Amino acid sequence: MTGPGPAPGDNRVFHVEGEPVPRDADAIEGDALPVPGGQLPVVGPAVRFLDNRTGLVTFGRSALEKVFPDHWTFLLGEIAAFSFIVLLITGTYLTLFFRPDGTTTIYTGPYAPLDGTKMSAAFSSVLALSFSVEGGLLARQAHHWAALLFIAAIVTHLTRIFLTGAFRRPRELNWVIGFTLLLLALAEGITGYSLPDDLLSGTGLRIIYSIIMAIPFLGPWIASLLFGGLFPTTAIISRLFIVHVLLLPGALIGLISVHLLFVWIQKHTQYKIPGATEHNVIGLSLWPGQAFRSIGAFLLTAAVIALLGGLFEINPVWIYGPYVPYAAAVPAQPDYYVGWLEGLVRMAPNWQLTLFGITILPEPFIPGLVVPGVLFTVLWIWPFIEAFITGDRREHNLLDWPWEAPWRAATGAAFATIFLVLLLEGANDVLAAWLLIPVENLTQFFRIMVFAGPVIAWIVTYRLARARLEHGTKPIEPRGGIALRRNATGGFEEVHDRAAVDAALGGGGPK
Amino acid sequence: MTAGMERDPDRAYGGPRTVRPTTTTERRAEVFVGLLFIATILAALGLIVSYIIGANTQVDGVLLAVAFAGLGGAIVVWVQYLMHTPTMIEARHPIQPNPAADVSPGQVAMREAESGFTRRRMLIGMLFASVGGLVTAIAVPLFSLGPLPGRALFVTKWKKGSRVVDVNGNLVHASQIPINGIMTVFPEGAPGDAMSQTVLLNVGPGLLQLPADRASWAPQGFVAYSKLCTHAGCPVGLFRATEHDLMCPCHQSTFDVLDGAQVTFGPAPRPLPQLPIQLQPDGTFVALGGFPEPVGPAFWNQTSGGGA
Ligand code: FES
Repeated sequence: MTGPGPAPGDNRVFHVEGEPVPRDADAIEGDALPVPGGQLPVVGPAVRFLDNRTGLVTFGRSALEKVFPDHWTFLLGEIAAFSFIVLLITGTYLTLFFRPDGTTTIYTGPYAPLDGTKMSAAFSSVLALSFSVEGGLLARQAHHWAALLFIAAIVTHLTRIFLTGAFRRPRELNWVIGFTLLLLALAEGITGYSLPDDLLSGTGLRIIYSIIMAIPFLGPWIASLLFGGLFPTTAIISRLFIVHVLLLPGALIGLISVHLLFVWIQKHTQYKIPGATEHNVIGLSLWPGQAFRSIGAFLLTAAVIALLGGLFEINPVWIYGPYVPYAAAVPAQPDYYVGWLEGLVRMAPNWQLTLFGITILPEPFIPGLVVPGVLFTVLWIWPFIEAFITGDRREHNLLDWPWEAPWRAATGAAFATIFLVLLLEGANDVLAAWLLIPVENLTQFFRIMVFAGPVIAWIVTYRLARARLEHGTKPIEPRGGIALRRNATGGFEEVHDRAAVDAALGGGGPK
Repeated sequence: MTAGMERDPDRAYGGPRTVRPTTTTERRAEVFVGLLFIATILAALGLIVSYIIGANTQVDGVLLAVAFAGLGGAIVVWVQYLMHTPTMIEARHPIQPNPAADVSPGQVAMREAESGFTRRRMLIGMLFASVGGLVTAIAVPLFSLGPLPGRALFVTKWKKGSRVVDVNGNLVHASQIPINGIMTVFPEGAPGDAMSQTVLLNVGPGLLQLPADRASWAPQGFVAYSKLCTHAGCPVGLFRATEHDLMCPCHQSTFDVLDGAQVTFGPAPRPLPQLPIQLQPDGTFVALGGFPEPVGPAFWNQTSGGGA
């Protein structure tokens, strides 16, 4: 175990809180940043200038040496951050052309099928930036794809954190912050989806309005406050806009900063690789190894988003047309990250509780707000729930492999199954058309599966994890455990003799 | 710790570099990195040209992707094959409160007491009251964000005697709707009104099984229901003529047209309200009154008639 002081032979500057950091303006320049091959003439004076005014070199040096574990799963959070940067850049470009204006205009422009159609100024500006602005459609589609990638990266990152127990003490708070970031990202997705004021986004807003209206007692009033009156309102687009481009991004940037600060202070967790202990971090130093890899990964993420944005059409709002309250969009499909909520609302039974002429629980309230609230709250405070159940409140810097905590892996699988079933139900009309099954039967099936599925997933995952745990890291079946050999009659027979299998595979046994 | 991995971070970082001849792998990597940089430069030039001549989204997207991928790929290959980035081990210092900076509740309380802050109970109470008052006062203008819903949720533009028009405001004629035909209609003067949207269907004579008190509401098999889904307000636009049901595209709530739009499937909690209509001698329609109950999705006092 390493004590608080430097290990013998370690001549790094250790900063012990409470002790003054010795600093000599003249001397520090020389040994502040050892550069192989000698001091760069520009960097040296600049560093000295900065250090004489801030004293940041000590920090800067330890920062450059900070060690980052090198495992591909650590890239997931980074991809989320990279997509967020792409979202900020493409989003800024879009605001230069988008008009958050719900008032009605008549469209005249290059898109002939809608020429002369009544629509909001917002929708008209989306058509203009898609068809008349150089790079506008590319930016719009890249923005949409980046949003899908952003949320997918956050979800997989959280899954990794969950399955490996990285959220355990001392990192409970960072899980809570990370999960809050997911909620903010979902809110960004929903508000952004609603801004173009096309038929699908208007339909989505109509449903959101109705769900809010179903809040017991206060619903109609809250909905009217948020939307500026009875649906449809002209005010909603400009309100959603400021939430989408200022409030939510501000909250995201603030919380991402805290998130990274916590990672910095608490240092990364690491997998149980040779040499890894609870008291060290093995990996690459930030500069240059990790930094170059991250910059490269950022550019490659940007490349993927640019390619998707350029080649794969997404949300072609001109095909849907402007929002008209009496026009139906079939099939109405939200983006995948809302699909599970859509499924929940679709499969809910039409029960509501009415007493003395007062509807205590109007219909979409339970599936639209209560159930998602419960599911998310459980996940949101999961570190504390797990600590409560297991009684384990020790610090953990070494990660579990998922199978090392079968109970946790099983619970994660159960949650994933719930969301998956709901997601499928959210597309029940499309699935029904593909499978040639009546949509009613499909919904009945999913109603059962949303309860049975997680139970099955829990048991299966638990069993698999136990099996893996008991067999250690050995493969469950020896190589060639089942081998077929062609026999004289042209049929196949199973070979049980291990040596014969190895011989047939070319002699030397497993390589 | 494994002995082989233990390395002094400082020396790993700044120590003398072993100078050794470039290997073939490294030489290949150098060439590859160079080619990737060239790809980025060419793609960037291409983007500029494309902007000038006005190329399309696909070309721009591919060029942008090549530019990013070239630069990113080059950096990754560079660091992976041409840079010496050894695995390092950093000690993890236990996270613990610093005893020198004790901010225990006891100490904080003592400081407060010493300063005389906690002594003036009355003033502290008033401090909280004034902060609360100020925050409330600042929050109150939020109420101007939207009007109280009032009776707006209980009424539509349909009145006794409203003539039935289509979305363009033209009078609807019975001959325009064949058997199993469907049309979206509005009260005269409010075509397109979201709350008043109504479907007018012709199911043919003798099929309707409406409650007795509504017998006169659907002349000659023409029946009118609110188009606003009672689930979440989507327009109920799909008429399946063989089943005689209306289906909502949003969450598949299904309403039996023949039976007063009773819910036969899905999450909608109540039937679509029916609009009483009358067929005029000239073949047009008028409403015998507004909807007998509020249209659209549920809310807490919907069945109370708006407290009026
Ligand atoms: S809005 Fe019609 S079923 Fe939900």
